[in-house]
Amino acid sequence: MKLSDYLITKTNTLRTTNIIDVKTESLSVKTYTFKDKQCAKAKPGQFLMLWIPGIDEIPLSILNTTTEKGIISVAVKNVGNATQHLHNMNPGATIGIRGPFGNSFTQNHGNILLIGGGTGTVPLIFLAKNLSNKTKKITFITGAKTKNELLFMDQLSNVCQEKNNLIATTNDGTYGLQCLVTEPLATLLNQEKFDAIYTCGPEVMVKKIFELTQKHKLPLEASLERLMRCGMGLCGSCVIGKYRVCRDGTVFNEEQLNEIKEELGTSKLNFSGNKIPI
Amino acid sequence: MGSSTLSLQIAGLSLDYPGMLASGVLGYSAESMFRVIEGGAGAVVTKSVSLQPRCGYANPTVVQVKSGLINAMGLPNPGIQVYAEEIRRSKTLIRQPLIVSIFGYSAEEYAVVAGKAVAAGADALELNVSCPHVKQTGSEIGQNAALLFEVVKTVKATVKVPVFVKLSPNVTDIVHLASTAVDAGADALTAVNTLRAIAINVETTRPILNNIKGGLSGPAMKNVALRCVYDIREKLANIPIVGCGGISSWQDAVEFFLAGASAVQIGTAIAFDSPKVFQTINQGIETYLKKKHLRSVNEIVGLSHH
Repeated sequence: MKLSDYLITKTNTLRTTNIIDVKTESLSVKTYTFKDKQCAKAKPGQFLMLWIPGIDEIPLSILNTTTEKGIISVAVKNVGNATQHLHNMNPGATIGIRGPFGNSFTQNHGNILLIGGGTGTVPLIFLAKNLSNKTKKITFITGAKTKNELLFMDQLSNVCQEKNNLIATTNDGTYGLQCLVTEPLATLLNQEKFDAIYTCGPEVMVKKIFELTQKHKLPLEASLERLMRCGMGLCGSCVIGKYRVCRDGTVFNEEQLNEIKEELGTSKLNFSGNKIPI
Repeated sequence: MGSSTLSLQIAGLSLDYPGMLASGVLGYSAESMFRVIEGGAGAVVTKSVSLQPRCGYANPTVVQVKSGLINAMGLPNPGIQVYAEEIRRSKTLIRQPLIVSIFGYSAEEYAVVAGKAVAAGADALELNVSCPHVKQTGSEIGQNAALLFEVVKTVKATVKVPVFVKLSPNVTDIVHLASTAVDAGADALTAVNTLRAIAINVETTRPILNNIKGGLSGPAMKNVALRCVYDIREKLANIPIVGCGGISSWQDAVEFFLAGASAVQIGTAIAFDSPKVFQTINQGIETYLKKKHLRSVNEIVGLSHH
């Protein structure tokens, strides 16, 4: 892309918009809906930068878009100062938006498997909705610590055509299977042949899923998360191996995951650029 | 190997290609700097490193404006103790010159960081005396001739590798400060750092950057940087200059050579393009030289002054 083209797309120019709707999804997660024409054209796997005026600017996965109306939703887990401020904001409040940034999931057909952990479910729901009309079968494994942290179960059961294609796991057994998502995954990989596997969630989980799919010589696309500052591939805060998660990702395929396997699920950069354990 | 048309010597460093990665961009890790080398850079300049780690500022740290970016990252870095290991790793991965950018809050601190960076394998140093958005360092040193002289002199007395001094454009008389750095022993000058700037959002009526003010980079500042290089070359013909500021095409790079730069640095264009922007620029310069029947990029350095 030429310099002038990039500037004209306005992807990276901050736009302000008002929150239209806030919905509480769980004790710690709220969904925010607002108008933004650029981000409403986003593809599954892309992210945006949301400015909380005077506080911070944070990267968020895109949950849903209504392209023709220019409407978009993001899900926000309350994890710190910036998200606390956002959780206190109501419809009508002004926020700033940049993006959409990053690459997106390859939209494959056939027998599809998705594995989401925690808020990692968010971009996968967006993807699953996009795939649901085009594909033969969708199986979704979703995992959380406990029942009331399992996200978007209604939307997930709508996307999975048959009920037994939606598998939920909790660490404490309050809902679904009491185990990690990797357990039903291991069973499924022995039983079925999948054309595409997608994942997003805690990186330790992603790493285990990568190792399992490698064992079965299966393709995998994983959306990774890192500390993000510029969102445009400049500052280097989000690098993993030779890749910039914000620009070269956030979605990486099995070949790329293999190139970064030393850092995957092991270390990341902190605010000072120091490599710290995950 | 680079083509001999584009290879050059600057302050004792041999570059296969005339473009360097500018400081502040990507330079945390060996792998990401290596990727820039693969993209066609002749050398890399690391993130600016200090004695103690710094977390930098909260977001927004970068905001896009017309034809440029304003950033106030706040010099995040893991501190020289930790970064020394990254310098060692970089030296095993990267064959091209590795220039470590350093800063401190006193001349002594610059010298300590300088010593540690060189001990870890830095081929050269670039003194950040021009960051416009962190107090008590950066441009607060580079805008003050006495402080600048002391910092450059102290570092030069500590290390034997070439010392580049990166100048601020936010001064009344850049030639005076350039000549101060040269008098203190600078081996080369990098001209220039970002222009102090601000972006304000009309809806919220607030400044956008968390630090309120930052530094403008990109095409918006190119001709200011070009003028700085021209002014320095006019008065100080013997000091090598690295041109920096808004270069995103081969034409931009050639303009800097014609103004008096012996090499160039590129940063912001990586965001708008990719690390391969260096290759595109290299090819463009090569074609230009061929068309002009010139054998080396060195032949056009300062040509606009004749």
